[in-house]
Amino acid sequence: MARAVSTRRKLLTTVFAWLVGLAIFFPILWTILTSFKTEAAAIASPPVWFNFHWTLDNYVTVQNRSNYFRHFSNSVIISVGSTLLGLIIAIPAAWSMAFVPAKRTKDVLMWMLSTKMLPPVGVLVPIYLIFRDLGILDTRIGLVIVLTLINLPIIVWMLYTYFKEIPGEILEAARMDGASLREEIIYVLTPMAIPGMASTVLLNIILAWNEAFWTLNLTAARAAPLTAFIASYSSPEGLFYAKLSAASTMAIAPILIMGWFSQKQLVRGLTFGAVK
Amino acid sequence: MATKHSRAAARLMISPAVILLLGWMIIPLGMTLYFSFLRYNLLMPGMEEFTGLANYRFFLTDPAFFAALKNTLLLVGGVLLVTVVGGVLLALMLDQPFFGQGIVRILVIAPFFVMPTVSALVWKNMFMNPVNGLFAHAAKALGMQPFDFLSAAPLASIIGIVSWQWLPFATLILLTALQSLDQEQLEAAEMDGAPWIKRFFYIMLPHLARAITVVILIQTIFLLSVFAEILVTTNGGPGVASTNLTYLIYVQSLLQFDVGGGSAGGVVAIILANIVAIFLMRMIGKNLDA
Repeated sequence: MARAVSTRRKLLTTVFAWLVGLAIFFPILWTILTSFKTEAAAIASPPVWFNFHWTLDNYVTVQNRSNYFRHFSNSVIISVGSTLLGLIIAIPAAWSMAFVPAKRTKDVLMWMLSTKMLPPVGVLVPIYLIFRDLGILDTRIGLVIVLTLINLPIIVWMLYTYFKEIPGEILEAARMDGASLREEIIYVLTPMAIPGMASTVLLNIILAWNEAFWTLNLTAARAAPLTAFIASYSSPEGLFYAKLSAASTMAIAPILIMGWFSQKQLVRGLTFGAVK
Repeated sequence: MATKHSRAAARLMISPAVILLLGWMIIPLGMTLYFSFLRYNLLMPGMEEFTGLANYRFFLTDPAFFAALKNTLLLVGGVLLVTVVGGVLLALMLDQPFFGQGIVRILVIAPFFVMPTVSALVWKNMFMNPVNGLFAHAAKALGMQPFDFLSAAPLASIIGIVSWQWLPFATLILLTALQSLDQEQLEAAEMDGAPWIKRFFYIMLPHLARAITVVILIQTIFLLSVFAEILVTTNGGPGVASTNLTYLIYVQSLLQFDVGGGSAGGVVAIILANIVAIFLMRMIGKNLDA
């Protein structure tokens, strides 16, 4: 039953909540606005809000000067690649843990999660040296491997919790009807698991897209994704607010939109279902 | 139900994930442990020699270590305080009925999707910059001296930036928990004449306790390894004023090429993170049976 709330109170809450929401969102809004300004307008004092000459020049300049799209495609390849590779490894594992649980399944799950607790800096040097010796420093392959491994526990866990919700009776019924293991997986399980897989994919792309520690330390120029590319703007010669804003806007826009769509799954994915 | 055949198949299907993660854990971990007992500088290849605990002695007696440890604790503690208190308040706000709830919710969770390097750069240049930043403009408009955030209060500034990024996470999870609260219970308390503050402390807060624990534990794991925000804004400085353990170890191993010392630091970081992790695992483990 919805509780009756006076209109006056509702209006007051509305005004207050919008002010708070806009305040929190403001840095992002300001970055987007600044990306359409000229450099002069971007550092104008007092600041200009909406009454400036809107321009797309910054976006063009960012692309022309530093080949933004190469970094963008690095980000796409690394985040999509590591997510797909992760899925290929995680689906069979999660499937077997959810449907053929053994005595130690719970321990295996907990152990997988525990690898996530390893502080990255504790293993940075060995990974750096291994990558150097294998010649995969500053390559997309190298980053795909690292990001697959650091996100694998999350993929397994998310898929496991989604698979767990599929009633075993349906699978048994299919088996009774003579479905082979392969048919069971393709025709019965997969269609039911698609929503869960979709949110697993979304969350992992978001995590991989924003991952900064490994991308900053394992890439230089060639394989640098957007996280590392944006960091290069911290050098003094990169201090052009409008261009910095344009690059930033392009870097966060795809993931921001994706994140908004997957906010419900996010809670579940990030807490491994511990909060309902 | 599970046949012998399917059990064998299951074991086969789980093995790639297990083997990969086992390798990911054991190989670098073993190497870090091994390096931590060596004198090993990347600039002098072939000169490695066993030095016992010298690296640990060096790392643990370095004044920078205590500064970094203190900064790490302040950073984690500060961000947790801001995000948990702020998150509870924001969740309570978003749980109220008002116009445009969905949109405000989207605005509030947005910072979580901003990559750390972008948020660090945006805050550093467009807000905290003492000449051109918005805060400087605001201070001047109010007739005050602009404040040089990142030089004068580097750690506090970083706590601010990181809090902004993590506030949405806390809010989202606490809101989810709040929405699962039994409304009838609240109404009953209201009818019995319990004022809002009592309903909050005796019904809502206990209900949120579990979610708050989850937020604290998960954030702690991530916050212990804050890196990009420090690299982009202050480079750990001035001096070591904003260096945390992660950053200190990074400087030691990749900027000073001291693999031995950096590895000893890495082992220390792993031990610290594990103390936190034990609590987290126990919590989630309990949840598995439920």
